[in-house]
Amino acid sequence: MAVIGADNLRIERKQNILASTKGLMPMAKNVFTKVMQDFAGEAEDLIPVLQRVQETDGYLSANAVRRVSRWLKVSENEIYGVTTFYAQFRFTPPGRHHIKACLGTACHVQGGEQMLDVLERRLEIKPGETSADGEYDLERVACLGCCALAPVVTIDDMIYSRMSVLKLQRLLDEREDNKQTP
Amino acid sequence: MSAKTISKRRKSAEGKWEKLQNSTRPVIYIGAGSCGRAAGATKVIEAIKGHLKEKKVDAKVIEVGCIGPCYLEPLVDIQMPGKPRVSYSNIAPEHTARILDPFFKDNGIPRFHLVGHFGGEELDGIPRFYDQPMLAPQVRIVLRNCGIIDPEDVDHYLARDGYKAIEKCLSMSWKEIIETVKDSGLRGRGGAGFPTWRKWLFCRETKSDQRFLICNADEGDPGAFMNRSLIEGDPHALLEGMLIAAYTIGASKGFIYIRAEYPLAIERLKHAIARMRELGLLGDNILGSDFCFDIKIKEGAGAFVCGEETALIASIEGKRGMPRTRPPFPAVSGLRDKPTIINNVETLATLPNIIRNGAEWYNQFGTETSKGTKTFSLVGKVRRTGLIEVPLGMTLREVIYDIGGGLVKDFKAVQTGGPSGGCLGEEFLDTPIDYENLAAAGSIMGSGGLIVVDKDTCIVDTAKYFLSFTQAESCGKCVPCRVGTKHLVQILERICKGKGELEDIAKLEKLGNAIKGGALCGLGQTAPNPVLSSLRYFRDEFLSHIKDKRCPAAVCRDLVVYRIIKEKCTGCQRCVQVCPTQAISGPRSEPHNLDEEKCIKCRSCYEVCRFDAIAGDAIVIES
Repeated sequence: MAVIGADNLRIERKQNILASTKGLMPMAKNVFTKVMQDFAGEAEDLIPVLQRVQETDGYLSANAVRRVSRWLKVSENEIYGVTTFYAQFRFTPPGRHHIKACLGTACHVQGGEQMLDVLERRLEIKPGETSADGEYDLERVACLGCCALAPVVTIDDMIYSRMSVLKLQRLLDEREDNKQTP
Repeated sequence: MSAKTISKRRKSAEGKWEKLQNSTRPVIYIGAGSCGRAAGATKVIEAIKGHLKEKKVDAKVIEVGCIGPCYLEPLVDIQMPGKPRVSYSNIAPEHTARILDPFFKDNGIPRFHLVGHFGGEELDGIPRFYDQPMLAPQVRIVLRNCGIIDPEDVDHYLARDGYKAIEKCLSMSWKEIIETVKDSGLRGRGGAGFPTWRKWLFCRETKSDQRFLICNADEGDPGAFMNRSLIEGDPHALLEGMLIAAYTIGASKGFIYIRAEYPLAIERLKHAIARMRELGLLGDNILGSDFCFDIKIKEGAGAFVCGEETALIASIEGKRGMPRTRPPFPAVSGLRDKPTIINNVETLATLPNIIRNGAEWYNQFGTETSKGTKTFSLVGKVRRTGLIEVPLGMTLREVIYDIGGGLVKDFKAVQTGGPSGGCLGEEFLDTPIDYENLAAAGSIMGSGGLIVVDKDTCIVDTAKYFLSFTQAESCGKCVPCRVGTKHLVQILERICKGKGELEDIAKLEKLGNAIKGGALCGLGQTAPNPVLSSLRYFRDEFLSHIKDKRCPAAVCRDLVVYRIIKEKCTGCQRCVQVCPTQAISGPRSEPHNLDEEKCIKCRSCYEVCRFDAIAGDAIVIES
C-alpha cells in the first residue's frame, strides 16, 4: 500500500505542476455537484463516476479523486488501484486533440506499428503523453472495430482508414498548415 | 402498454414500413456504422443532403447500419418511387451527382459504382445485391436487419417481426423456453461454446430472491467487430434477446457491459432502450404480464480480461477487473453473490429468431454438434473484407475464397479466436468451422475474428504481437500468467531480433504448456495458443529466424534492410523528400544512395517508391 501512496503523491505533484502552467482548475465544486446528481452514491458506481469526471475534466485530478473518495466512501488508494487497472483513465491533462493509433490484429498485420512510429516521431511523444505545445495527446488502442479498413488512426472523432506512412504524414502536415493560416 | 396495444403499434409500424418500401419520394440509405464512417460516410451524407437541397429534390435520407461488405464502404442505396432499392459502393462526396442525377432526370439506372439491387426479379441485367459472391453463400439470421432498417426507428424493427418473440415467450413457461433453446442446439457465441440452455438451467434452479442477466458486449478481441456492427445496425434484436433470457432465468435486472471504445453502439443502445420504455417493453409489468425487467448500460473502462465472466462481474461492482476461482460459477453465485447469467451479444440476438421460427428451423443449419450460424469478421489480406454470417460447418476455404474472394498474394495462415486462438496453415483450409474442429486443430472458435494473412506476414512477429497483448492485459493475479507470459514475450522478442537460440523453441513449448495448465482464468489458459499453434505448423519460420537470422516475410525490423535497386531507380528524389532522417541522398535523375546507418526503417521511402507515378519500384525491403 505504501507504494501506491507514494504513487499518489507523485501523480499529484505532477498534476499540480501541469495544472499551474495551464491555469486549470479541475473539478470545481459546482461541477462535481452536478456529477453527483446522476448517481446514487454507491461504491458500485465508482467506475461510471470516474468516467464522468474524466469526461468533464479530461483527466482524473488528485482533487477530483479526493472528492470522489469522500463521497463514495472508497479510499483514495483503492481508487488509484482501480483506475490504474483500466486503460481508459489518465492522470495528466490531455492535449487539445486526441490521436489514437489502432494496433488491433488487423491493423498490426497491415502496418499499424509504423503508424504509431510516425506519430511518436512527429509529435515527439510516447503513447500516454501530451505533446509539448499541448496540441495533441497520443494513445495506443487495442482495437477500434474498423478492422476491415485497417490500419486506422483517429484524430478526435474523425476516423482515418487505410492509412499509410505517407498519408499520415500528409495528414499531419495539412493540420499544421491549417493551424498557421486560420 | 399491454399486448393488445403493441400489436396495434406493430400494425401501424408495418404500414409505415410498407409505405417506405413503396415510397412516393426517393429514399436514400447510407451505411453509417463506425466502419462506414471510417470510410467517409459522414462526408457523403453531407454531400448528398447538400445536393438534394441544391436540386430541390424532396428525398428521405436514412442512416442504416453495416450490411457487411466493409470493403465496399461507403455504401449508398437509392430507391426511386416504384423501383427496387439499388446499391452503390465506394462512394465519395464527389460522386454524388453522378449517381443521383440520372435518377432525377429519369435517365435510367446509372452503372457507375453500381453493385446490385434488392428487388426480387431481374432488373436490366443488374445482379441482385444478395447474389454477389460475398453474400450468396451466407445465411443471415442474426444480421437479417443490419443495413436494411433504420436502427434508430423502433417501428422498422417492429415491422420486421420485432418483439413478436417476447410476446410468444410470455405465454410460455420458462421450462418450455429452455426446452426450445435446448432443441435448437444454441451454444455460447462468446467463444467457449457452452450450451446456453444448460447455463440457464443452473441459474434458474438456484434458489434466490434475485437473479441478474448481463450481456457481455466487451468485445475485446483485437480484430473482431461482429458485436459492434450488430448493435449499431440492429440494437433491438439484442434487447429483445435480453428480455427473453431474463424472462427465462427469472432476472429482474440486466446490464449491458460494453466497451467505451464503441461510442456509436452505446448511443444506439441508449436510444433503443428509451424507445422500449415508451412502448412498455421495459420496466414493470412488461406487455401487461407480471414480468418486470430493467436494463442498465455499464461502460467498460478498457481491460481485455473483463471478457472473463468473474472479472466482468468485479468490474461492474466497481472493482479492479480480476477473475476469481470457480466454482462457484456465476450462474450460481455471481453479481452481488446472486445467480447471474452472462451471455454474449450474438447469443442473445439469436434468441428472438429461434423463438419465432422454432428450434427445428434453427438447427437445420450447422453440424451435428454445432448448430446454427455464426458471425465472423473476415479481415486481413483477403480481397473482400467485412462482417459475414455463415452456417457452422462451412470450411475455412469456402469462407476465405468464396466469400472473401481469396488473397492477392499467396495464402499463409488464418488466425481464429484472437489472442486466445491460433494460426492455422494451408492444411486446415478444408476444416469445417465448428467448435470441436477448431479446438482439435489447436485453435478456438472464439468470438469470431478471422484474420487472413499472406506471405508478407511474419508468423513469429504475429505470435509476438498476440503475446505482448495478453501480457499487457494480464491482470497479474496468478503467477503462471503474470510471469509466464512476460517470459514468452521476452523469448519471442529475442527471436525477432535475431538473437534467438535453438533451445528457445523447447523453452517456449515447455513454458506455454505450463501456463496453459496453471493459469487461473481463460485469459491465461489460452494465452500461449498463438505461440504453440504457430510452433506446431510454422516451425520452419522460427528456425530461419534463429538459425539463419532471416525473416522470410521481411517484417522483423532488426532482420531486414532497405535497399535501392540502382537499375530501377529513376532518380526522382521523392524518397529523398520523405525520408525523415536524410538517409537517402543523390542528385536528380541519378540512382540514389541509401545510408543503412541512418535508416530507421520507417517505410516512407518504400511507400513513395511503390505508389508515386514517376518512381520506379526501386526500393526493396529484404531479409
